[in-house]
Amino acid sequence: MEKNIAYTALFAALIAALGLVPKITLAFGVPITAQSLGIMLCGAILGSKRGSLAVLLFLLLVAIGLPLLSGGRGGLGLFFSTTGGFLIGWPVAAFVTGLIVEKWRSASIALVATIASIIGGIIVLYAFGIVGMSIVLDKTLTEAAALMLVFIPGDIIKAVIAGLLTAAIAKSRPASLLSRSAKSA
Amino acid sequence: MISLTSPVETRAHRWPAGLKLSLLCFLTGMLFFIDHLVFHSLFLLAIVVLYALPGREFFSSGWRHLKILWPFILIVALWHLWTGEVEQGAVIVLRMMSAVALANLVTMTTRLSDMIDVVHFLAQPLYRLGLNGRALELAIALVIRMTPVLISKGQKLTWAWRARSNRRSGWRIILPFTVLALDDADHVAEALRARGGLTHLENE
Repeated sequence: MEKNIAYTALFAALIAALGLVPKITLAFGVPITAQSLGIMLCGAILGSKRGSLAVLLFLLLVAIGLPLLSGGRGGLGLFFSTTGGFLIGWPVAAFVTGLIVEKWRSASIALVATIASIIGGIIVLYAFGIVGMSIVLDKTLTEAAALMLVFIPGDIIKAVIAGLLTAAIAKSRPASLLSRSAKSA
Repeated sequence: MISLTSPVETRAHRWPAGLKLSLLCFLTGMLFFIDHLVFHSLFLLAIVVLYALPGREFFSSGWRHLKILWPFILIVALWHLWTGEVEQGAVIVLRMMSAVALANLVTMTTRLSDMIDVVHFLAQPLYRLGLNGRALELAIALVIRMTPVLISKGQKLTWAWRARSNRRSGWRIILPFTVLALDDADHVAEALRARGGLTHLENE
């Protein structure tokens, strides 16, 4: 019980702290915000239930007015803005990512976590984001999806990084990889 | 406290948070059902007046929060100039600005403690379903306490990297950063258990 709360709270704080890390620019000039990487890590490391709870806790604090999103943003307005769909999709993305890492144990953790991050952190997340954007901007789903296409390559790189990081955590702190611990199965 | 509540005291600071939030839900819902240009112009104008009433400082900090929308305003403007549906484009832009500005207004005039009370009220049915209310409170407090701790640890990691290399740390810094957070989580869990844990809270 204490461990669950501590891990959930610390990962919510980790997502917040990653928002303040300056934007990381990859070798070929693709800027990535570390925060959405944090969402993938939440699912991959904490598993479906605790991962999505950590993201929910983080969003709760953003909603009640703490400036925890990257760039010091926060407050209720963000949930009604064009990218609000992505925020709403975050807990689901973490849940799906975590679920895949929990269930699929036959392949290497790096590969599983990467594919889980792509399915959860890109496919599921973009589904929410595109619906949100099409409502706010009053565009069809296809039009909204076209606007988001440019971000896909950066997010795929992010998913690969999330996979590598999860594998490294599995090696350095195996007991902390709650998504693969016996209890969560 | 690192909150987005405005330090400029307004009359709305004293209104019940629940009332403000219900009004926000109602008005935002309404915005998405009406497609009338005059209505949306007047609505946004009314919001601008609301922002202007408490004075200049309040207005300019409200404006800063709204500036994140400009790339999307640009996209919508170009799109609708291209397709020739200018009136529809104007409605979309006005509605987007109104919805976000209105929500920010609630954030700016509501204290964190009042918001947390609303969270408690909304979580009541969950408590009955077995969610531990104390656990939620503790988790909120832990996040607020640990975020600055993790940020300062992250900064130290970046400095340590810079002391050893003239290249930027990039994403590699995130691994030690995550490991630090995991270790902190273990220590916090142990400390909680050493102080009696959460089981005694449930019995109270």
